[in-house]
Amino acid sequence: MDENASARLTRRALTVAHRVGLFLAMLLICLPGIWIVLSSLRPTVEIMAKPPVWIPQQLSFDAYIAMFSGIGKGGIPVLDYFRNSLIISVSSTLIAVAIGMAGGYAFARYRFRGKSGMFLGLMLTRTVPGIAMSLPLFFVYARLGIIDTHFGMILAYVALNIPFTIWLIDGFFRQVPKDLAEAAQIDGCTRWQAFWQVEFPLARPGIASAAIFAFLTCWNEFALASQLTRSVNSKTLPVGLLDYTAEFTIDWRGMCALAVVMIIPALTLTYIVQKHLVGGLTSGAVKG
Amino acid sequence: MATVSLKRLTKRYGNMEIVHGIDLEIADREFIALVGPSGCGKSTTLRMIAGLEDISGGTIDIGGRVVNDLPPRSRNISMVFQSYALYPHMTVRENLGFSLKIAGAAKDDMDRRVAEASAILGLDELLERRPSQLSGGQRQRVAMGRAIVRDPDVFLFDEPLSNLDAKLRTQMRTEIKKLHAKVKSTVIYVTHDQVEAMTLADRIVIMRSGYIEQVGTPDEVFSRPATRFVAGFIGSPPMNLHEATVSDSKLVFSGGDSLPLPGQFKSKTAAGDKVVFGIRPDDFYPTGHGLSSGGETEVHRVELPVSITEPLGNETLVFAEFNGADWVSRMLNPKPLKAGDRIGMSFDLSRAHLFSAETGKSLRN
Repeated sequence: MDENASARLTRRALTVAHRVGLFLAMLLICLPGIWIVLSSLRPTVEIMAKPPVWIPQQLSFDAYIAMFSGIGKGGIPVLDYFRNSLIISVSSTLIAVAIGMAGGYAFARYRFRGKSGMFLGLMLTRTVPGIAMSLPLFFVYARLGIIDTHFGMILAYVALNIPFTIWLIDGFFRQVPKDLAEAAQIDGCTRWQAFWQVEFPLARPGIASAAIFAFLTCWNEFALASQLTRSVNSKTLPVGLLDYTAEFTIDWRGMCALAVVMIIPALTLTYIVQKHLVGGLTSGAVKG
Repeated sequence: MATVSLKRLTKRYGNMEIVHGIDLEIADREFIALVGPSGCGKSTTLRMIAGLEDISGGTIDIGGRVVNDLPPRSRNISMVFQSYALYPHMTVRENLGFSLKIAGAAKDDMDRRVAEASAILGLDELLERRPSQLSGGQRQRVAMGRAIVRDPDVFLFDEPLSNLDAKLRTQMRTEIKKLHAKVKSTVIYVTHDQVEAMTLADRIVIMRSGYIEQVGTPDEVFSRPATRFVAGFIGSPPMNLHEATVSDSKLVFSGGDSLPLPGQFKSKTAAGDKVVFGIRPDDFYPTGHGLSSGGETEVHRVELPVSITEPLGNETLVFAEFNGADWVSRMLNPKPLKAGDRIGMSFDLSRAHLFSAETGKSLRN
């Protein structure tokens, strides 16, 4: 066999190995998700079976039907939870992104006293685990009477997300050359117009990334929400999962079904925004 | 179209003064180049005129109107940036029309003016492209197009050619000159490249450390530099500058070699004065290979050893050793020379310069 033929063969073999490797990695990543979807469709006996039943024997949508069929018929107030989750996540994301934009822009563009200290301080707040804050937060909220309210949850999530959105958006504004805003001002823009016409569109991928991360944080958050919510007034979907636990039993199938209901909006949103996310990762390539 | 007048213009950052109360009058339709080494305050001055930097003192007057505190958009200026600063998310057409859009111009007026600018700069083919799809020279042209669409009183250029390669720079230099001839606006052009300044400008402003060293036409700053700094900065290769002491109608250099004191400076110096002697490579040449060969009035000839030569085709730069240092000379109609050759060199002393060693000022006046 000549040199070229063997090189060709090696390359082909490597390609195959590469694909197999990728497939295994993807399988490992996707398996828990697939398992949740499958578990929501099969009876508890099959879920709990040892050794595990890999190929489902019987599939049904019973858990989903039960979930929506109201209290007393195995249902939970899923629509209320969904509404709460949506209101809390969307509002806190919007507020956190708006503040993140203002803060990120200020850190990226202006010089002011205590700038680096402030930035470091913001980052340090991220080192405190959310769960450690839950008890003090509970006392404060109880005194203020905002336990079990949308407002209380939104406030907590905005505070949780702001350091992150500021940090991420700051990085993206730094990548937008200062000359562009100056050129826009010379072209007749006010400082405000220059921001909206030139700097904002260029930092949009970063702002979209910040928004999606903030939204997912709120949407999936459990530790704080389980302490600060009490009833259908404010319980979010992750807390709603606990409705499937009773004193002696856990309805794994119902829980998995609710998990799927939770995942779908998050997945849809990520899919919609993914174009911007990818754009965000390559936006450094844009030259002024 | 407008005059620009700077009076006692000052810029301070905290306690540090960057521009020290400069005065400058720029006539209508004049092409002015601000030139100087980096950190001399030329870009800061331009940015103050543009309104991108606040001024710490003095006044800026554009077209008879004091604009000290006006925002950039109210000054009716346009600016071409070193980085071009094209909006990457807009097509060339949108980039060109952006200022008109912001001003709320009617669509057909906008189209007409964009078409005019693109015709002047040859951008017609590129109108639907984005900046990332353009070459450096094309981006530069779009940046200039964006500036002319506004029909401003004053054009400001901030080192617009420094990002281009040498060949393109020469080409764009010509285009800028043509553009100025067409649009006939007042232009203030910042550059650190003295060749650009010499070739483009009606008058050159040479700045150093926040002061104006000299303002004059290219010929004036070349032939009659006001200071030692200007003498060394303008001209390529630079002027030979060496310290000497005046003694008995002679200039004695530190190494002991001497030259006759040029006639025009005899009345302006006294024995013992410390001076800096300057002579351009064009006025110090291998005998018989100079610009003014034959027509000189005050020539001093010596025989000097050649240390190196730099052939440029039509001429050769010959470095001759005099007083222990290499003095550069320009040899026209070159003949082959090699290091170590001893050749006859001519100093055209009628064209030499003397500066005070203490103040750096020219002793000519």
